[in-house]
Amino acid sequence: MPKALAGYRICDFTGQLAGAGATRHLAAFGAEVIRIEDPVNQGRWDILRGQPPYKDERRGINLGGSFNNHNVGKLGITLNLRTERGKELLAELVKVSDVVSENFSAGVMDRLGFGYDRLAAIKQDIIYVSNSGFGKQGPYGTYKTWGPIVQAVSGLTWTSKLRDLEPAGWGYSYMDHTGGYYMCIAILAALHHRNVTGEGQWVDMSCTDAGATLTGPAILDYTANGRPTRRDGLPDSNHNRWPPMAPHAVYPAEGEDNWIAIACRDEADWRALAAEVAEPWTADPRFATLDGRIEHEPALDEALGGWTASRDKFATAERLRAAGVPASAVQRPGERIDGDANTSAWGLWPTVQQTDMGDVRVDGVPAHLGETEWELTHGAPNLGEHNEEVYGGLLGLDAGEIASLREEGVI
Amino acid sequence: MTTPSAPTGPMHGLRVVELCEEIGEFAGKLLADMGADVVKVEPPGGSRTRSYAPFLDDEPHPDRSLFFWHYNTSKRSVVLDLDGEEGREAFRKLVAGADVLVEDRAPGWLAERGLDYEDLRGDNPGLIHCAITPFGRSGPRADDPATDLTILAGAGPVWSCGYDDHSIPPVRGGGNQGYQTGCHWALITILTALLYRDNGGGGQFIDVSLHAASNVTTEAGSYQWLVAGETVQRQTGRHAGVNPSGPTQVQAKDGVWMNTGLFPRRPHEFRILIEWMQELGLFEPYEQSALLEVAAGMDRMLDMGRAAEDEEEAALLSAGREAMIFLVQHMDAYDYFYGAQERGFQVGIIYAPEDVIEDPHFIARGFRTEVEHPELGRTFVYPGAPYAFQGSPWAITRRPPLPGEHTAEVLAELDSA
Repeated sequence: MPKALAGYRICDFTGQLAGAGATRHLAAFGAEVIRIEDPVNQGRWDILRGQPPYKDERRGINLGGSFNNHNVGKLGITLNLRTERGKELLAELVKVSDVVSENFSAGVMDRLGFGYDRLAAIKQDIIYVSNSGFGKQGPYGTYKTWGPIVQAVSGLTWTSKLRDLEPAGWGYSYMDHTGGYYMCIAILAALHHRNVTGEGQWVDMSCTDAGATLTGPAILDYTANGRPTRRDGLPDSNHNRWPPMAPHAVYPAEGEDNWIAIACRDEADWRALAAEVAEPWTADPRFATLDGRIEHEPALDEALGGWTASRDKFATAERLRAAGVPASAVQRPGERIDGDANTSAWGLWPTVQQTDMGDVRVDGVPAHLGETEWELTHGAPNLGEHNEEVYGGLLGLDAGEIASLREEGVI
Repeated sequence: MTTPSAPTGPMHGLRVVELCEEIGEFAGKLLADMGADVVKVEPPGGSRTRSYAPFLDDEPHPDRSLFFWHYNTSKRSVVLDLDGEEGREAFRKLVAGADVLVEDRAPGWLAERGLDYEDLRGDNPGLIHCAITPFGRSGPRADDPATDLTILAGAGPVWSCGYDDHSIPPVRGGGNQGYQTGCHWALITILTALLYRDNGGGGQFIDVSLHAASNVTTEAGSYQWLVAGETVQRQTGRHAGVNPSGPTQVQAKDGVWMNTGLFPRRPHEFRILIEWMQELGLFEPYEQSALLEVAAGMDRMLDMGRAAEDEEEAALLSAGREAMIFLVQHMDAYDYFYGAQERGFQVGIIYAPEDVIEDPHFIARGFRTEVEHPELGRTFVYPGAPYAFQGSPWAITRRPPLPGEHTAEVLAELDSA
């Protein structure tokens, strides 16, 4: 099967998830993503390199589980940009690349001498996509972030909570994933624009801007109606008001820390749920209309939770879905990864071979393409694993030159 | 910086037909705000999402849904009855002239009407047809009913979000993030297919699953299991983990919550902290101020690993951590956020959406986007761009369409094509 992005070359300085997560998708569709790492500190500017989880408890700079997950299918080279020769080699690499991608703190690329103006001087139609917590432009440009900080400042932590409680936020770096998705979209869109117009450009991405695009109706309710979300113990995000649905929440199920989510979209769903539950409270006149169920939501949740609490989360969800009502067990990782046919059988958890780790499963791509399906060809690169391939094969250096680069600490 | 040759977005010239409600209409917006000509096909009576709250001035009306507004900027609207042959014929013609069809109809819905990819590709071999459905077009659960809540519950996000107290239900983050994540993946795959076509390839069908998309958007929730067979546990306001971590949320003097972020570990960070506390008159009142001075005088960074065995190391780290919390509790949240970040400390104010749109940094970056609604005689502030294209600017090129506002215009274009 052909590779959709065959022939595109990415000169990739990204790291962690917000950046590395963007270019991994390009690699999955056949782009040549060349990951550049610092030989002096063993690539550790990406704090995930060599970090847990570990397969079989084997530790080492090439054995980090999250790093492998975020860098599957990429090539890896080492390059010491403190040296003049290192900078020359980077310029040569930029000359034959379509994209330069990075998620350093703002200012780092300029200090290295490879800001957009310099990159465009080396290759006129280069696409340069930078991604940082607050973007390069604006008063917070130098502020430091990681996922939870981005989520806090962009409004996503606040909008994930139950009534009258403190924010629950996101139990992972949702905005590292999503910042990476937006970065990937920006790279692809800029490439298409270049294909059409012949023009490269710089895209300045701010992860907090990206996060703030994800609460749109709440922002409009404030700017158009003057109504803030800071009121009446809100937000209350397991419930739904846009549009109103009730019942709509996460309810207890049989066993330790087991839960089931149930959502009635309309009166038909409510009637179907009531028929399955078949307990007297479902005929309570307070619950006869949507307005009534919203008004008496605490009582409704308590009654439905009483019904679910002694029931198996999977069997109950399946039974409700068969009756047409949206329902799902709150699945643990093992349940959704190994026990769910719509992930495993759908091909969502491919096994890749990482040179030192061996076979290891990773996140796949959540889509199937009829003509140009994705493929994760190998695990993340070991440090400098593709130096010969890139410096020799691509840039045309001979073995002696590569050996001396290594001796001089350039690679 | 490149001077734009024309003030249009990177997708200028791309023709998109969108047949979406709440699941997929964000994908149409993402394309439209990047300059694509997105024609939204609505059923007679208008899209269901026009009936979704909140409404302008709380008056329910198909033209006043703020939910619809947000997700339908920069699009045109045609009303077609796809249950009738006339509407289907117009739809076929519309898609025949398009680059992309993005739709979120239930599996089988288009095929029943003779409008699925196999029916449409004949007239348009270059067509990129992207279907966004809860579980993908294939698989045993393809036809299961689902909402954003049940998707996120089944796909992993809900397991990882919630409170330290596990008698409280786990939490679905607000804002239909399950739908939005699916739309991000629709964009990644549509644009990938478009680049394939740019280089001489043909069109194709793309099957995007919301369930799969959120399954691969859970960070350690997935890879901790995939690599090490371990299960993360939810914690208030911080990463779910295999091992518990210390709390990171503190309420400031004004009641606003703060993410305390990373605490000082290096001597110069302690010196900066001491100076800041002195400026605020809060150094002397802080009980452990002497320990801060010890840490500031060290010749090395404090080591979290060492703290387990070394009481002094633990005490110094704890003094720094508690000093930051002490500061938060004696300051308003924004003053703490600004003061700490200006001094290099990585902390985050827990903003509500209404705070974000008023923040000076977001304003300076142009995040507030004014959109005129001429028939209402008013201009509204919309959220802005997720990315700042310097050479092909993102823009809301028109306010969300009225139902069928462009039906005659678009049908006339088809006739003249």
